[in-house]
Amino acid sequence: MTAPSTAAVPGDRVRTDYEPVIGLETHVELGTVSKMFCGCPTEFGAEPNTQVCPVCLGLPGALPVVNEAAIALTVRIGLALNCEIAPWCRFARKNYFYPDMPKNFQISQYDEPLCVGGYLDVEVGGEVYRVGITRVHMEEDTGKSLHVGGGDGRIHGATHSLLDYNRAGVPLVEIVTEPDIRSAEVAGAYVTELRELLRALGVSEVRMEQGQLRCDANVSLRPRGTEKFGTRTESKNLNSIRSVERAITYEIGRQAEVLDGGGRIVQETRHFDEARGVTQAGRTKEEATDYRYFPEPDLLPVALERSYIEAIRDALPELPAARRTRLSEQFGFSPLELEQMVGAGVLDLVEDTIAAGAAPDSARAWWLNELARLAAERGSTPAELPLTGVALARVIQLVAQGFLTNALARQVLAGVINREGSPEEVMKARGLAVVEDADALSAACEQAIAGAPDIAQKVRDGKVAAVGPLVGAVMKAMRGSADPAKVRAALLENLGAE
Amino acid sequence: MSTPGDGQLVGRNASDLAASIANGEVSAVEVTQAHLDRIAATDGELHAFLYVAAEEALACAGEVDAARSRGDALGPLAGVPLALKDIFATRGMPTTCGSKILEGWWPPYDATVVSRLKAAGIVVLGKTNMDEFAMGSSTENSAFGPTCNPWDISRIPGGSSGGSAAAVAAEQAPLAVGTDTGGSIRQPAAVCGIVGVKPTYGGVSRYGLVAFSSSLDQGGPFARTVLDAALLHEAIAGYDPCDSTSIAGFAAPVALAAARRDVSGMRVGVVRELGGAGYEPEVEARFREAVAVLEELGAQVSEVSCPAFGFALPAYYLIAPSECSSNLARFDAMRFGLRVGGDHGEGASDVMSRTRGAGFGAEVKRRIMIGTYALSSGYYDAYYGQAQKVRTLISRDFSAAFEKVDVLLSPTTPTVAFPLGERVDDPTAMYATDLATVPANLAGVPALSMPCGLANGLPVGLQIMAPALADERMYRVAGALEAELDTRRGGPLRSGYEPGAGVPAS
Amino acid sequence: MSLTRQEVAHLARLSRLALSDDELDHLVPQLDVILASVARVAEAGTKEQMAEVPPTSHAVPMTNVFRADVLRPCLPRDEVLAAAPAVEDGRFRVPRILEEEG
Ligand SMILES: [Mg+2]
Ligand SMILES: [Zn+2]
Repeated sequence: MTAPSTAAVPGDRVRTDYEPVIGLETHVELGTVSKMFCGCPTEFGAEPNTQVCPVCLGLPGALPVVNEAAIALTVRIGLALNCEIAPWCRFARKNYFYPDMPKNFQISQYDEPLCVGGYLDVEVGGEVYRVGITRVHMEEDTGKSLHVGGGDGRIHGATHSLLDYNRAGVPLVEIVTEPDIRSAEVAGAYVTELRELLRALGVSEVRMEQGQLRCDANVSLRPRGTEKFGTRTESKNLNSIRSVERAITYEIGRQAEVLDGGGRIVQETRHFDEARGVTQAGRTKEEATDYRYFPEPDLLPVALERSYIEAIRDALPELPAARRTRLSEQFGFSPLELEQMVGAGVLDLVEDTIAAGAAPDSARAWWLNELARLAAERGSTPAELPLTGVALARVIQLVAQGFLTNALARQVLAGVINREGSPEEVMKARGLAVVEDADALSAACEQAIAGAPDIAQKVRDGKVAAVGPLVGAVMKAMRGSADPAKVRAALLENLGAE
Repeated sequence: MSTPGDGQLVGRNASDLAASIANGEVSAVEVTQAHLDRIAATDGELHAFLYVAAEEALACAGEVDAARSRGDALGPLAGVPLALKDIFATRGMPTTCGSKILEGWWPPYDATVVSRLKAAGIVVLGKTNMDEFAMGSSTENSAFGPTCNPWDISRIPGGSSGGSAAAVAAEQAPLAVGTDTGGSIRQPAAVCGIVGVKPTYGGVSRYGLVAFSSSLDQGGPFARTVLDAALLHEAIAGYDPCDSTSIAGFAAPVALAAARRDVSGMRVGVVRELGGAGYEPEVEARFREAVAVLEELGAQVSEVSCPAFGFALPAYYLIAPSECSSNLARFDAMRFGLRVGGDHGEGASDVMSRTRGAGFGAEVKRRIMIGTYALSSGYYDAYYGQAQKVRTLISRDFSAAFEKVDVLLSPTTPTVAFPLGERVDDPTAMYATDLATVPANLAGVPALSMPCGLANGLPVGLQIMAPALADERMYRVAGALEAELDTRRGGPLRSGYEPGAGVPAS
Repeated sequence: MSLTRQEVAHLARLSRLALSDDELDHLVPQLDVILASVARVAEAGTKEQMAEVPPTSHAVPMTNVFRADVLRPCLPRDEVLAAAPAVEDGRFRVPRILEEEG
């Protein structure tokens, strides 16, 4: 798979002499109910070592059996990434000793992955970059180690480690790109797009904070205009989009500096230090383990029927890129607006709200601003708010009809989210409605004018634009229960400045 | 034969005992106690058992008796005692695989074979000795000392399932279960003068069988008669969703075949490559006599060539070590078993190495290292890859042969039981013991060994191989041949073992 | 070809087997003999002949053996930890880990 778009690398502000060459390996935990090879739950956050059995503990004699749902989800990902599904493939053992791996081999796939040769289009700054997908394969996760005695749970200086195998055997897919990416920004956009795609496919919740998506970034530099790849490093276990971008940016800078100084890049793994924002040398190629891959004798080959694959293809949902195109055509959203909505995780909510009758821009604005803020205050995501698109659409409609001001609408929404009832019920209970009392309004206007005679004079002298502070004072006096347009009109009338 | 106080219960066949238990002539508890007594009297000398579960066995027998008195339907082997190779995971009994590294490990689960034995009402007497992790052909590689051959206690009982074979030959149990990766059931059966069967790969679940070489390992029965072996075969075989290589919807009617006693019209092929150089003349003589008997019984005998079998041994000794190097990686001192060091700041990796260095015996280390070598990048194609291709050639030879004949025959082993200690430090001489047995494992086909006479007073085994999924064919041949040989001999071949009697004359 | 002492020591490290000098002395010639005998697989056919032969990894020609995505009971934690050489806070306690992850 070749990249059609490698020119004009955005975001590369590091050097003009070198061209970065980046490939990503992304591990994603699949959202199955049970583990890859046994019937233990995959649920996050259980007490240590309570979600294990002889199989995922690697006890002598235990044998793996492949979870069919993991196969189906991997095919789903492969098809969505435009891959070929191999007519025949196998599992292989990747042999290395490590305490978090119960069998001291990982069941993975080696030279016979389930999905091969696809691509994912990524948009950055209005330009589309095609990132080739080399392969998508299945494997199992390892357990978790807790390092004790070294402070901060760090491995260095630890006296011993404590192992919890609840994650051992959780199904993973590994998605490997071609070295098609040319900037940290595109790498970040790729991971963002991939995460969106995986969520849309329903194959994983992709909670990065729970380690459900981890990236390894292969980075090398070559002099601009040359073909041959430079020596690469592999920055491991980047578990946020920001880390992916920061680690790559750092690596590009570091490598450029080494090369500028006449040095050579050592092929090695590197570890990203979140706190310091730097990568640190790990194992060199010479020290690399020989994994001694061989076909997993306890499992049989996978040879999926064409009809099985096509049934999964037919059931694919609308994919994010297609959806964005449709939404911009239907509702006039700009690429930036779509990006913001995707980033905030409100695209579904906005669409629901529009479907319930709201104007697209109002729906977008409410979800992106007020509701995103309310969600953040409560430590939840917008989707977790107890607010339906229908309820928000109703509130937007009440504002448009003049029954609510924006300020009142915010209070109504707070009430709905507080489970006080429907928008109308909240309005009634809290006494929230635009005040139509003309006497109260003119009294408030008189007061505001008396409180700011110099501003009032300016308006009388014809500076109509100066009326703003007076409007604010009236709105404040009436605790938001007035229509700002009507307040403005009343003030101007009072001051004879129409 | 009889031992004082055994009430004529030991030495009886499993099918006889089951019938007596079923019709109330004798209780399962009595039968079990008689065999426990026999073990107590003989095992100090033989060392067939690593663990005897007397209490559990009597409790299990008691349940069978209770079920019988309630009038519950009993399985065809209910109440019959059995010796279980210490390679199967057992709840309530330790499982060591003959290794220091697993000493004292009590598994939290039962192997599927064990669950099936329990469901059949078969009484597990205890766990039998074996070459460490099933690597060996003499049981001398057990970390807990060798087992002796009941025919001559100065000789090996075969291996790796030597404890199981010796227990059955010495009448400590009428039945035993072993595992066969390259002949580990058939070879000890042959040198102990009993019947031993490696079923079609996938016929008996491997779940809970501690893996040596996953693509070759297969559990199977030991018994003193073909019918008993068949009954046990049926009890332990069957589809298991916990073993991906288990074959669904496959149940060979082996007991029926064992009782048929008719081989007229069957085409039997003698494998040209499994004889000649390396085979003792007396062994070949007994083999040829048995083939002649089959011909007299109406079988059509022909010679068949399987040229790739000549490469079976080196292919086997690459594939099995390769898989074992990976399978045994889990014995690392982290989650179970032995741990050496680690209290003074050594790293986990050091502790793993020290534990494995101390916990594994010499043969296991040799195989792990050969396997590690054969799978290394740069050597994979020449060793492991090439061995996998030889495997294909061997399967092709079997397929071609089974176009012409119904079963294939050979001596089970090139020699009779050799003296203890003779080959311990000569790995390749030890490996040569498996010359005739490894092809069946590499191709996944079933194979059976049955006694066909004595050479210099020691048993000789005849091997019968059949196509995959046609296990009943070998039982049919073996049942007919056994009946005829017993008739001519005037009774079954017996070790005549008595404790303290030394080497019996036969 | 023949195995050197150095290669055997390397294999032992790869296999996580701590060997004494005596053991190494003993193992080097033994492994060499074994390797020479198993190297006979090379003679099974000419390069051209073997190029046509597919490798067999499974004796049983089956494919697509799957289980349904359903839960099965886990082991009780006391049984999980019962065999552990050391336990702390419901976890397996292991010596400090000095190497980086595979
Ligand atoms: Mg991986
Ligand atoms: Zn599990």
